[in-house]
Amino acid sequence: MILQLFVQGIQMLLVVALAPLLVGIVRRVKARLTRHRGAPLIQPYRDILRLMRKEVVLAENASWLFRVTPYMVFAGTWVAAALVPTFSTGLQFSWTADLIAIVALLGSARFFLALAGMDVGTSFGGIGSSREMMIATLAEPAMLLTVFSLALVAGSTQLSHVSAYLASPEVGLRVTLGMGLIALVIVALAENARIPVDNPSTHLELTMVHEAMVLEYSGRHLAMIELASALKLLLYVSLIGCIFFPWGIAQPGDGLARHGLALLLYVAKLAVAGTLLALFETSIAKMRVFRVPNFIGTALMLALLGALLLFVTRSV
Amino acid sequence: MPGIAFDTAHLLSGGLLLVSFMMIYQDRMFSLLRIFALHAVVLSLSVAWQAYIQGAPHLYVTAAIALIFKAIIIPSALRRIVVQLGIHREVETVVGIGVTMLAGIGLSALSIVLMLDVTQGADPYAREDLAFALSVVLLGLLMMVTRRNAVSQIVGFMSLENGMILAAAGAKGMPLVVEISVAFSVMVAFIVIGVFLFRIRERFDSVDVSVMDQHRGDQR
Repeated sequence: MILQLFVQGIQMLLVVALAPLLVGIVRRVKARLTRHRGAPLIQPYRDILRLMRKEVVLAENASWLFRVTPYMVFAGTWVAAALVPTFSTGLQFSWTADLIAIVALLGSARFFLALAGMDVGTSFGGIGSSREMMIATLAEPAMLLTVFSLALVAGSTQLSHVSAYLASPEVGLRVTLGMGLIALVIVALAENARIPVDNPSTHLELTMVHEAMVLEYSGRHLAMIELASALKLLLYVSLIGCIFFPWGIAQPGDGLARHGLALLLYVAKLAVAGTLLALFETSIAKMRVFRVPNFIGTALMLALLGALLLFVTRSV
Repeated sequence: MPGIAFDTAHLLSGGLLLVSFMMIYQDRMFSLLRIFALHAVVLSLSVAWQAYIQGAPHLYVTAAIALIFKAIIIPSALRRIVVQLGIHREVETVVGIGVTMLAGIGLSALSIVLMLDVTQGADPYAREDLAFALSVVLLGLLMMVTRRNAVSQIVGFMSLENGMILAAAGAKGMPLVVEISVAFSVMVAFIVIGVFLFRIRERFDSVDVSVMDQHRGDQR
């Protein structure tokens, strides 16, 4: 009980502490792959600190919603990230760590962000919000369908159960899981505004989605939003890690040494995931906005097909 | 519950279905041909695995035929045809890709439900092979219906035939003679279609089959 509370506390701090590092890794590897020197790994921390110290510039007609949103978005994402088992499934609140609840938390965070994008009334915020919502309406069903087919395999939507079941040898070789993995990766790319869907490092007007939405923010508000989007990336990486690569995650009964080892392994997993993401992003071009539905539709289709195949195995 | 052998068979034939969907998704001619070659490779792996499970050495021959003819010869021949005729490098679809994919999902759900119902009591390998094979066949038909370009229609036809080989491999006791004759008839069909492609091209300056409609007397 004490250990569980302790682990939960560690996890809450850990996700916030590691999220900018993951962004740093991705940026660094991307820079190296394109033969640039790249910023040091701690640059995202410095950026956030710098933004924290700067003053906030608000538009004259900004409402209370505009000022509240960054904290809402950050809080929602933080809670969701704290629920995903990163290095241990024995979290105090793991009984609330339901996949559907996590999707709902992220969805409400995005809802507020989209509202805030339209709040000031600039055209960029509006176009960013509308595009973000278009991507979300496609990505969310795909995510939920993937969750359902995973739940069919594991017999539960609760993450700690799913993770423990998939780590056990009784899973076998399942083509459904492979399809779920690809679907979840596509959804993660779309939700985190990564390259084939959106470019996170551009301020080129016509192509930006997420950046256009948060264009009006500055100072500590922007720092909150940046930290929230880094947290979201970490969340998806941990989610994919704990569902599809659950090896080495500490179980509830394990001792402190085991937890320490699992923690190190988790950091290694993050580094590998960041490198793979950077590799993928440098090897692919950004899509036209109108091709995005096809891309995310693939995730939806894969999840559906996975459920179908599962049905075949079950009934044969 | 059957063990790892069944899981591998399931993985391979499920992979074949997945590659069929990839073909429907593709909108470039050369990547379509590459994926068609991948389709044949997955098919030959699946058939070879069936041969291993059933202890039927003649199925290895089928796998080898699939690998040599359909993964190497036919795709490279089609590629040469595309280059020589200067066909559009983009695949023209009749309806959007999303709609086609949804129709494909519906078809495969239908065939899986149907086949699992019809073959109750049969050997599990044959059951799931038949279910997947019917969906691959239907997806091949769907591809032939929804594409305008004759070359992608040929690819649809060939993938349909891959589905039939999968069904034949799943059913125990299919004689070798039948399989070889099927393989050769497909080869002949391919040659005939290839000749026709050149003829169509000569007469109508295009392999887009909708152009031919204008030459029919009964239209408009």
